[in-house]
Amino acid sequence: MNLRSNWKAALSLTGTILKWLAIALCIPLVVAVYFGDSIWPFVIPGAISLTLGLLFERIDPDPHMNLRDGFLMLVLAWVFIAFIGSFPYLISTFGTSSSLSIPINALFESVSGFTTTGATVIEDLSSPSYSKSILFWRQFTQWLGGMGIIVLALAIIPSLSSGGMRLLDAESPGPGVKKLTPKIAETARFLWIVYLGITFLEILALYGLHVLGLAPNMDFYNAVCHGMTTLASGGFSPAVRGIETFSAAVQWVIIPFMVASGTNFALFYKFMSDDKKVFLKDSEFKYYLLVIAALCAIFLGIFLTTGTSIGIQNDSTTISSFRSALFLTVSLITTTGYVNFDYTLLDLPIQYLILLAMFIGGSVGSTSCSIKILRWVIILKSVKSDIIKIIHPDAVVPVRFNNETLTESTIKQIHAFTLLFIFIFGISTILISLDSYRIGLNLSLLEAMGAVAATLGNFGPSFGQSGPMGTYLHFSTPSKLYMSGLMIAGRLEIFPLIVLFTRVFWKS
Amino acid sequence: MRILIIGAGQVGSSIAENLSESHKVVIMDIDPVRVSDLSYSYDVLAICGDGNNIKNLEEVGKIDLFLACTNDDEKNLIACESSKMIGDAFTVARVKNSVLFESWSRSKGSFGVDFMACSDRLISEAIIKITGTPAALDADYFADGKIQMAEFEINPNSFISNKTVLEADQFELLTFAAIITESEIIIPTGSTMILPGHRIVVIGTPESVKSFSTQLEPTTKKTQNIVLIGGSSIIAETASLFSSIKVNTTLITSGKDASLELAKKLPNTMVMCHDISDIRFLEAENINQSDLVVVHLSSDEKTLLISLLIKQLGVRRIVSIVNSGSYVSLFENVGIDVAVNPRELISEAIIGFTHQVNTEHIALLDSNRVELLEVEIGSDSNISGKTIQEISSSMPNLVLIGAIVRDEQAIAPRGDTTIKYGDHIVILTDVSVLDKVLQQL
Repeated sequence: MNLRSNWKAALSLTGTILKWLAIALCIPLVVAVYFGDSIWPFVIPGAISLTLGLLFERIDPDPHMNLRDGFLMLVLAWVFIAFIGSFPYLISTFGTSSSLSIPINALFESVSGFTTTGATVIEDLSSPSYSKSILFWRQFTQWLGGMGIIVLALAIIPSLSSGGMRLLDAESPGPGVKKLTPKIAETARFLWIVYLGITFLEILALYGLHVLGLAPNMDFYNAVCHGMTTLASGGFSPAVRGIETFSAAVQWVIIPFMVASGTNFALFYKFMSDDKKVFLKDSEFKYYLLVIAALCAIFLGIFLTTGTSIGIQNDSTTISSFRSALFLTVSLITTTGYVNFDYTLLDLPIQYLILLAMFIGGSVGSTSCSIKILRWVIILKSVKSDIIKIIHPDAVVPVRFNNETLTESTIKQIHAFTLLFIFIFGISTILISLDSYRIGLNLSLLEAMGAVAATLGNFGPSFGQSGPMGTYLHFSTPSKLYMSGLMIAGRLEIFPLIVLFTRVFWKS
Repeated sequence: MRILIIGAGQVGSSIAENLSESHKVVIMDIDPVRVSDLSYSYDVLAICGDGNNIKNLEEVGKIDLFLACTNDDEKNLIACESSKMIGDAFTVARVKNSVLFESWSRSKGSFGVDFMACSDRLISEAIIKITGTPAALDADYFADGKIQMAEFEINPNSFISNKTVLEADQFELLTFAAIITESEIIIPTGSTMILPGHRIVVIGTPESVKSFSTQLEPTTKKTQNIVLIGGSSIIAETASLFSSIKVNTTLITSGKDASLELAKKLPNTMVMCHDISDIRFLEAENINQSDLVVVHLSSDEKTLLISLLIKQLGVRRIVSIVNSGSYVSLFENVGIDVAVNPRELISEAIIGFTHQVNTEHIALLDSNRVELLEVEIGSDSNISGKTIQEISSSMPNLVLIGAIVRDEQAIAPRGDTTIKYGDHIVILTDVSVLDKVLQQL
């Protein structure tokens, strides 16, 4: 095949990002030194990352990127970062019986981290093979992946600025991400500052509860770890039973931060630049809250009528049902994947509802994944407009959102994305089922659909064995590899990955 | 007053004609043929020049009132701005585009324009007035819409017929201002009888007028469905004004791109794209069920034919917007309910404005026999501090204070109400004593 020569530019820029990954690896290194853990799990990948980075940069010392290279670079960067991100797990568990000592498991865990999915293959988090620093790294990968590695890169690497908007578009989840400031680097930097600031606030709030004696298990280490994965809508927790480990007060505090993680970050920018009513004006935000309220009411109704007693702390049943319903709803819609009780113990119809809720997703421009509210609303509106056209064939009914009229091509793209998402979901369910059948693993339809929806939608926990308290360890190696691909596809909103598999992309 | 009019088109020349009787009028136009025509037809000084050229403006010398009346919005604004550079004449601009009007309304006096008359807005408001109070023969608004005046015909079965004013007046914030009979205008007292066939003029808040009109003729249903035909900016403006008062509006226009643009601009209007002369389409969309159809197409001839076609479908009321003033009576002669001419409306608005500096709104009732005026009470006003009783005893017979707006709120005028500085009052007076009244205020 006659490859285009410009793949060099993409590789070179990936190299620049890898160089910076080496710097990011210094943070868990500091944690390792503090806790007296081995430093090699971070030093070695750091060195590899730096070397690879420098090597790649030499391929094309003066890279000029066009749109096509942007897609290639995006996917290359994510793949290499996930790859290098698995080294700390491999090195730290080398020679032990831990599941992470097997390369495919380590890769799955790393991809799940960077894509903010939260699906795990670690059977026993309390095992001594997992040091505090390695669990910190697991949380930290989600925090890096949350706002997006490319957004971070745009903020700090000037050579990416021209044409960077395409990258930002491709990586930030959802359509309609707009430049907030004339300079793209400024936009990216701003997004990260907001992200960092809210993370910091949450850490303070969580640790504050601990200091006040309201959260005995939420020490400073846990506050930092959970602060990082809430805002990333990740869902990893160093605690064995997830958020269930912590008091009701902690769960209440986490809920608004999860809501923030599913909010369009551009709204925070507009709020800070003096438009105090922006949250009231934004249609998507209103629909987002409406969906949360509606789904929460459904769950609460089910919990109260079936008398399900779940996630009970020391408060009354009704309040604790409300807390559990709200926590579950927000975690589902923002695709965080935190759990404050094991929902696989619920009756099957409720689990079906949970599966369906994984397809909703948060706002565009947030750290949440899946299909997202904006797309659903626009699809419903365009269907409504089509219905009007059936009654009045000559009516001209443009679809509006936030007082803007959407073009036909935007609507078509949204339909295409959603259809593709559901199509991939269907095909993948069959593939995973067949592959599991091949190795003698009997997967129920719910488990197969759940595993695909939770990885493609970046939610994390699924049903049955891979439920919130279980793992994905029992899947075959090809299945795990495939699901890693699904996680990256879901995080990058499918299209950037799909174009790489088209003949048109590679033709010069 | 020395008045300079820029633009000698239909609007400019009709204003010049009207004002030339009592003022010194200078009219300026680029077209020399028009200029020479004008100087022969009216008693005005017509000169050839460009209103945007500051040298031409300077040559005219000192003026008191500057009227920019060309059919180009931007040129009118530049002319006003230029006039402000060289003098302190009061500037009036004619504009078409309601977007410009809205910007100007935010900060009156911007663009160097002291008063702006927006034709698209004037027409859509005129159409709203026709429909707003369905039973009303004539309706007018004062004090930014806080006060409404409306004239009703009394049917024999109306609840107020054969009653005295005292018995009929059960409405807060509503004044029975005048009763018009065949021969005379009566300013009613409590004992005046209201007889069938009389016409009654009421002044009050729009809500009170509305509740009065619904009680007067309980069967009159509110105008619900309005169909607008055409793609002009007047049609778009009317659609958006109607949908802002929650009336169902449907806009039909041919031309795919134009209809899409209109659909984007008008979120609450159903926009359709189809050949307007297709009678089957009009029938299928139930045009005959609509309460009002407004037609404005690119040419008056088309407007007439389509209006007649729609009339034939059985539509109750049709308003045609006619570009050429000479066609207006023709339209009404062949059965179109109302024909509106944009240029006529804008000339009226500008003339009305120039008549009296602090008279904000003039509505002429019943072929110019009664005049309604909205007046702001200045600090040096003769009537400031007096009660209404005192005022009516000191004024000529035919004067009535119909409404008072104080601090943006309508208050009911009663005999012991005191008029204060800053009030807006709506007064009703006979044309013959108008000048006397204005002097006394």
